[in-house]
Amino acid sequence: MNQPRITEICSIKKEAENIFSIAFDDPRDIKPGQFYMIWIPGVDEIPMSVSSITDTTKMITFRILGDATKALASLHTYDKIGIRGPYGNGFTIAGKSLLFVGGGTGVAMLAPAVEEALRKKIKTTVIIGTKTESEIFFDQRLHQQGAHVLITTDDGSRGIKGFASDLAKDILEKEQFDGVLTCGPEIMMKKLLTVCDHLNFQASLERYMKCAVGICGQCCIGEGMRVCVEGPVFDKQSLKKFFDFGIYTRDASGKKIKF
Amino acid sequence: MNKLITKIGNLQFENPTILASGIMGEDAGSMNRIIASGAGGIVTKSIGIIPRTGYPNPTFVELEHGLLNAMGLPNPGIDAFSEELQQLTKTKTPIIGSIYGANSEEFINLAQKMESYKVDAIELNVSCPHAKRFGLEVGSDPVLLQEITNAVKQSVHIPVFVKLSPNVTSIADIASAAEKGGADAIVAINTVKAMKINIELQRPILANKIGGYSGKAIKPIGVRCVYEIAERVQIPIIGAGGITDGKDVIEYIMAGATAVQIGSAVYYRDIDVFKKICNECTTWLHEHNVKKLSELVGVAHT
Repeated sequence: MNQPRITEICSIKKEAENIFSIAFDDPRDIKPGQFYMIWIPGVDEIPMSVSSITDTTKMITFRILGDATKALASLHTYDKIGIRGPYGNGFTIAGKSLLFVGGGTGVAMLAPAVEEALRKKIKTTVIIGTKTESEIFFDQRLHQQGAHVLITTDDGSRGIKGFASDLAKDILEKEQFDGVLTCGPEIMMKKLLTVCDHLNFQASLERYMKCAVGICGQCCIGEGMRVCVEGPVFDKQSLKKFFDFGIYTRDASGKKIKF
Repeated sequence: MNKLITKIGNLQFENPTILASGIMGEDAGSMNRIIASGAGGIVTKSIGIIPRTGYPNPTFVELEHGLLNAMGLPNPGIDAFSEELQQLTKTKTPIIGSIYGANSEEFINLAQKMESYKVDAIELNVSCPHAKRFGLEVGSDPVLLQEITNAVKQSVHIPVFVKLSPNVTSIADIASAAEKGGADAIVAINTVKAMKINIELQRPILANKIGGYSGKAIKPIGVRCVYEIAERVQIPIIGAGGITDGKDVIEYIMAGATAVQIGSAVYYRDIDVFKKICNECTTWLHEHNVKKLSELVGVAHT
């Protein structure tokens, strides 16, 4: 039933500047790319993709942006939160060689997909792009699991100076990949889509969500595609049809907000 | 022959299943998808004068036999909404603009703008159970409701529907007031005031604490309300509340409804629920040797 299950926080960890991970008990199956609605009692309920999966616990990773994430980051072990889900469709992970492109906190939800690819013996390259060095996280985790990890920063404080999408374009010209999986700012993902015409391409989108079960219509994109049900991961064919992809999102009132 | 064609005044619906307000009706893309999935008509999300963010989450929770929500009337405001309606694919499917306001002036302003956006009818939301100043505070006062209905009727040339709440002592009295105000149809019912408390956290789940209950659990309440209203008014009634399959439609029609609105069933049976329900209705009519659905309107009143 789609109502919050109350669970205890097992651990909370600072990953990078303003970025935190919370692990909680949940034995349910969840696919990389799927998400929970996280209820912070008395504050808000927000969608969060899973950033780490074990049989007994799941993790979410987020940047402090507003009241809800601020409240989440101030929680402690054994504090209680409500979780609904998992929701959405998740990534399809197949092929011999995959490129993952995570912009900003996007790498958080890509991480379990990267790990699944590695378990499937898929050759895996990950680009992590952030504004600056202090915002980089999960690079060690993914490197240690066997992924080829590349870093870009806008200010050049670490890795290659520039945007993740530009590095992706360079690599795609030189190396063979069967697919590109991405999560990050929509403009970055739209840029990537234009260079992935010949590849399997999957992008995870973010929209303001309320019901998360496909009836309120708050998260719709294109011709009524629900990010909470048909997404959050969409393939190339769908993304190309979304006239608003990379153009605008909507706030809580449904008003258009240009990127 | 299409057994399901439905008329409300001069408005013709290919079938009696109309998307209820508040479900996927906020943007052109969603409305286009619902039209393509076979709805006979669409009611937009309720639109007010200025943008409104609604309540913080949680705004939705599934309960044992229905759904509970307190969205708080989120909408981008009437001016921004013109763009959405302009982007609707041109079809024969009637579009009904739902509006909410705090007084006659606001309702008139909204109704006139909606009419200028070329909707086919107006639905007055005077029954939202969880929005302060708006909704139920208007819809539980027969004098105020008659005045507002009349004011809107005088200011537009398209049909005006009034959507009523079951959260009143006598819904038939309220329906009668809307009829006296000149309403072209009554829509009954909106959601039923309800609440869910999480016993582990000892607190209500919804941020607004109280919300509106919809889905299967409220169908008997809706059928009763339609039946009572049908005994009191001459104008058509659009039934709503827990309609999930074809038999539910037949039951509402027999209680006195001419058409129905579908909301929570989009959750239970997904977006193509309109086609599914219409097929079930047609099958039922065939099996019972009924030539057309309209023959059944109000037959349960003996």
